[in-house]
Amino acid sequence: MQQPSCPPPPSRPAAAAALLVLADGRFPAGGHAHSGGAEAAVRAGRITGPDSLEDFCRGRLHTAGLVAAALAAAACAGLDPVELDAAADVRTPSPALRATARRLGRQLMRAARAVWPAPELAALAAARPRGAHQPVVLGAAARAAGLTPHDAALAAGYETVSGPATAVVRLLGLDPFRATAVLARLGGELDEVAGRAVAAAGRAATGGTGELPAASAPLLEITAEAHAAWPTRLFAS
Amino acid sequence: MHRDHPVTFPGRHTHGAQAVRPDGRRRALRIGLGGPVGSGKTATVAALCRTLRDEVAIGVVTNDIYTREDADFLLRNAVLPAERITAVETGACPHTAIRDDISANLEAVEELEEAAGPLDLVLVESGGDNLTATFSHGLVDAQVFVIDVAGGDDIPRKGGPGVTTADLLVVNKTDLAPYVGSDLGLMARDAKAQRGGLPVVFTALTRPGGVGPVADWVRGRLAAWRTGGTQ
Ligand SMILES: Nc1nc2c(ncn2[C@@H]2O[C@H](COP(=O)(O)OP(=O)(O)OP(=O)(O)O)[C@@H](O)[C@H]2O)c(=O)[nH]1
Ligand SMILES: [Mg+2]
Repeated sequence: MQQPSCPPPPSRPAAAAALLVLADGRFPAGGHAHSGGAEAAVRAGRITGPDSLEDFCRGRLHTAGLVAAALAAAACAGLDPVELDAAADVRTPSPALRATARRLGRQLMRAARAVWPAPELAALAAARPRGAHQPVVLGAAARAAGLTPHDAALAAGYETVSGPATAVVRLLGLDPFRATAVLARLGGELDEVAGRAVAAAGRAATGGTGELPAASAPLLEITAEAHAAWPTRLFAS
Repeated sequence: MHRDHPVTFPGRHTHGAQAVRPDGRRRALRIGLGGPVGSGKTATVAALCRTLRDEVAIGVVTNDIYTREDADFLLRNAVLPAERITAVETGACPHTAIRDDISANLEAVEELEEAAGPLDLVLVESGGDNLTATFSHGLVDAQVFVIDVAGGDDIPRKGGPGVTTADLLVVNKTDLAPYVGSDLGLMARDAKAQRGGLPVVFTALTRPGGVGPVADWVRGRLAAWRTGGTQ
């Protein structure tokens, strides 16, 4: 997707492989300490095994995942990241999740600037010194890496399901092969979500951020607030 | 395990660990404390704070595994004002947070320096882990590995990156050696064999002044840091 109203990426190396670097679970941007709401769902008995993990991930993918993917695609396409950051804010009712998104955005910014230095990343870091929302930074990082908005959407969507899956392996001692199979089974839906995200980002390029999806998962928002107040927990969110 | 030779410092630290801050001031010296669960890392941090806090401005970052236990202990014992202590959450993987993905710890250290600074020394305590857990050179300038005599006097012989490569090895709880049948002489010989010339100190933190040898080593690092060296 390339909208005439958006500036072209600053550089365009042949970059497909950069997607592997950006989406690698070991990319050092802080994600390993977050469960994406899975810790609260495990404690509440809503995730007990591979099937309920798949349900949880599917729900997250089509709500928070779609929103994150659209924000990332839009940022990668060159829409104003500060405006996108405001759009992310209004799509995140829970203060705890907003704080988490900004903290992770700041950690990702640190990693991205080290890996793909770019003036646009530096400008966003300066405009949002406490951190922009993580999906916006992810899109900006994808742009700096020479990736496409579709790549950015895939990476953002994938992260919303891979985080909980990894966390549940640690929380429940779930068989890691079965947890990974869940991610593989969600692949087709992830492709579809990424496609919708890119289309929405395309509309936002001319119609403004109001065109971006605002799907929400109220239970994720509510349990995130409760989780943030637990005295004892394994994951930061 | 790979280790960069200290002479390459500080040029390689380009993302959060630059020795000189944007305001031109040299940032705080960062020392990591790692080691197995319960060996005395928090006790060492607390004793270092009490011993050194009148000489230098200190901040502490703890990496608790699933509570704020260590941070709360330091607060309860009032070793430092509350704004000098902060806790990082590690998602069930304490070694990841100090080695493979240091982003949360770097944020914590920088926030501490911004909020409570300028500081001279930041101590980063790892969550209790295993013998392979070491700190990234992107996070700390020097690291201390704390083991204790009660964990078995064969730990130095077993080696592992913490025991063999830490800048200082602390063998703590020597007061317990007679009760657990640990041979301190053997531990000292094995540690020397594993570590070559790197220093080893034996401590009993329960005794008055027990942290003395560690505090002296930290003073040496601080003096070197101020004059631009790392040793
Ligand atoms: N007898 C004796 N007990 C000690 C000594 N140092 C620490 N302890 C005790 O050992 C226990 C564990 O000490 P901590 O300092 O909490 O150990 P830690 O390494 O921080 O533990 P984790 O953070 O849980 O990995 C506490 O009850 C301390 O009081 C010592 O030199 N001698
Ligand atoms: Mg401790």
